[in-house]
Amino acid sequence: MNAIISSYCKIVPNKISVGGKLFFEEASEKELPEFLSAAYKYGELNYPKFHKMDKLCKLGMLATELALRNCPDWKALDKSRIALIFSNQSSSLDSDRNHAHAISDKQNYFPSPSVFVYTLPNIIMGEIAIKHKISGENAFFISNQFDPELLFSYSTILLQTTGTEFVVCGWVNCDRTHNDAFVYCVKKSNFKEQNSGPELDHTSENIRQLYNT
Amino acid sequence: MEVQEIIKNLKVQIVEQLNLEEVKPEDIDANAPLFGDGLGLDSIDALELIVLLEKNYEIKIQDPKEAKAIFTSVQTMADYVASKMK
Repeated sequence: MNAIISSYCKIVPNKISVGGKLFFEEASEKELPEFLSAAYKYGELNYPKFHKMDKLCKLGMLATELALRNCPDWKALDKSRIALIFSNQSSSLDSDRNHAHAISDKQNYFPSPSVFVYTLPNIIMGEIAIKHKISGENAFFISNQFDPELLFSYSTILLQTTGTEFVVCGWVNCDRTHNDAFVYCVKKSNFKEQNSGPELDHTSENIRQLYNT
Repeated sequence: MEVQEIIKNLKVQIVEQLNLEEVKPEDIDANAPLFGDGLGLDSIDALELIVLLEKNYEIKIQDPKEAKAIFTSVQTMADYVASKMK
């Protein structure tokens, strides 16, 4: 069985590319929240819940939306056959710190439910699944660095041994100095269509190259 | 504090506390439902509203059954706050 990478989106500080082409860039350097808000408006996401998310979820949601937008045929699929496989290095550390800060003053003790709810990294997948009613397999891995072999092998197993037909794979990391996202879509394909544009064979080497580009 | 003043304050506090970036306080209809069709708040927002009352008005909602009626709209929230301030 063959599988192909049908679209991808990469976000690094102040710059977003989709399918290898520049999508959005800030002329001057901005803090991550401001950059993400500007990109949300530019990309016309029209999903007000975005503003309630923590930075990690915003990064993941934005990258996923832009990757999916570039891959129109996924909408026709049975949503129970779409899987979400994400990974990062820093788990939900950014929100964990915010929550710890919120509960550090015992005299002014008001833990925020909307901060606390993001103290798990797999909430990213929950947000994406809720928005698109995706109900297939999901997994979130923590690894020291971007691991294309892990994402490739896990999604391949899903495509080969379950009813999964489409996988949204990603690396979404948010920490003090390390903020980036790379989300790509993999679909089952028994043949590679001619003139298929940016579609690439699903291999760990191709995944690595796209991430490093 | 008059109910109208509480309503005005609550609208600002709700927008801030719930990060409703695309909503202006003055756009909130005091009688519109907070959940469902109105502002479209969710269960986490409900918890934030409980924190909001505690933080800003020192009002603790002890009985969860009370919350549904209190958080029907900004108006019902303001009426509840006013009743506790008397």
